[in-house]
Amino acid sequence: MPKLPKLPAPPLPAPLQEPPPRPGEGNGKAGPLDAAAEAGITVVDWIDERTSLSGAARWMMFRKVPKGTNWFYTLGSATMFAFLNQAVTGVFLAMYYRPEPSGGAYESVRYITNQVFLGQFVRGMHKWGSSVMVVLVFLHMGRTFFFGAYKYPRELNWVIGVVLLILTMTMAFTGYLLPFDQRAFWATTVGVNINGTGPLLGPYLSDFLLGGAEFNATTLSRFYAIHMLLVPGLIAALIGAHLYLVAKLGTTAPPWQKAHKRVELRETEV
Amino acid sequence: MRCAQAPPRCRRRADSRLDIVCRSVPDKRAKNTSKYTLDRGIPGAFEGETVTRRRFMTGSAHAAGAIATSAFALPALGFAIGPVFKSTPHHWEVVGTTDQFPDNNYVPVVLTLVANLGEAGKTTVYMRKFNPEIDTDRYDLHTPYIAISDRCVHLGCPVRWVDASERFICPCHGGVYDIVGKRVSGPPVRPLDRFYTRVNGEKVEVGPRFSVNSQLRHFSPRLPGEPVDGIGQYLYPSTPGAKL
Repeated sequence: MPKLPKLPAPPLPAPLQEPPPRPGEGNGKAGPLDAAAEAGITVVDWIDERTSLSGAARWMMFRKVPKGTNWFYTLGSATMFAFLNQAVTGVFLAMYYRPEPSGGAYESVRYITNQVFLGQFVRGMHKWGSSVMVVLVFLHMGRTFFFGAYKYPRELNWVIGVVLLILTMTMAFTGYLLPFDQRAFWATTVGVNINGTGPLLGPYLSDFLLGGAEFNATTLSRFYAIHMLLVPGLIAALIGAHLYLVAKLGTTAPPWQKAHKRVELRETEV
Repeated sequence: MRCAQAPPRCRRRADSRLDIVCRSVPDKRAKNTSKYTLDRGIPGAFEGETVTRRRFMTGSAHAAGAIATSAFALPALGFAIGPVFKSTPHHWEVVGTTDQFPDNNYVPVVLTLVANLGEAGKTTVYMRKFNPEIDTDRYDLHTPYIAISDRCVHLGCPVRWVDASERFICPCHGGVYDIVGKRVSGPPVRPLDRFYTRVNGEKVEVGPRFSVNSQLRHFSPRLPGEPVDGIGQYLYPSTPGAKL
């Protein structure tokens, strides 16, 4: 059925209409809601006058997107929110976690899981969120690849994305040791030894990761520092660069989107 | 930084480099003799100045920034990678008495590699007495006791001695070794590591670790996954921390 144009609503008869507010009566007076709105605007204006942030916010938020933009384009934001989830839950897990290899680490994780209010939930968010983030990173990468969104002029954004992928894997690798149970210990042993199979530099890389030739007292705190201080800062900074380039260069249309066909000019006899 | 001498005229110049410069510029600028300030139109530059004050200031600011950055970055970097170049002193640990170990079967003992680390600092070593009927390899080290590390040389999982099949078997990726620790099947790249042993009175002591190649020739300890046969011993050097 073809869509019919909607008719405008008929005007209300005069007796049913609300009388317009008279000057000095009602509309000049601000209610508490208006006052609150006004206060908010004042604060935002105060900041904006001193920083000109609204221009940047408008530049970032109100961008033109190509026709055909679809749900696949949300995978990048989804990855970023997975990272934010990891950052927030990780900060709060750090309030209870102790990187002590002689038993304290395992006990503190057990304490978080069994004793702390919502501890199991927050730890679960962090544990499962890490897998979610890795999966989302790959889906986002696949979207970029199959839509051809890595091509000129977006190559640098692809490169930054690959570095972010490596850093995400580093986070997953270093975080795996922290519960310090049997699985964590042996998985890290295997992972470090895989690094060691690189020729020439491999043995030194292994020693760097372990902080010595054997798994020792500083290995856990080394992994902990890399996991919660070094790599998250790098990831946050690179996400900033990644987003800046997205806003600067714009997004691509999906490959099946056809360009608008130009209407041919026709010569006609007059 | 002025030229000590007054700039000579172009025609009289013998210096070939300056001559070329001189010829390429118009006459009225020819009195400028510096290759840095020449033909740049930098305001405030003296003639003959090799480095302008602006350039000098920029360079100084960059240098100061570089010094300040390396002042905290280099010590921090050294702090992080220092352990790679630090060697650990080895020690001898008493694991039992001489009558405790047969010469045709293995007895597991637990060795403390790193102190105060709980379970993570311990490792299992399979011990037996040296047996001339089993240990027949030419390069075999004639230690009084054979101490075989349970660290699989594929990727470091713990192997266990299975008495019935007389094999060391790794649970992770299916590495199998025979009674002297040589690879029988699976992904391992060399025989199982060993430890030096010595007898002190009635007590058997276990010392530092060493790696062996497929002929049981001994090498400085390598990490799992690193072959020591042929070119492997050069591609995978023993790190200072692991060296004896």
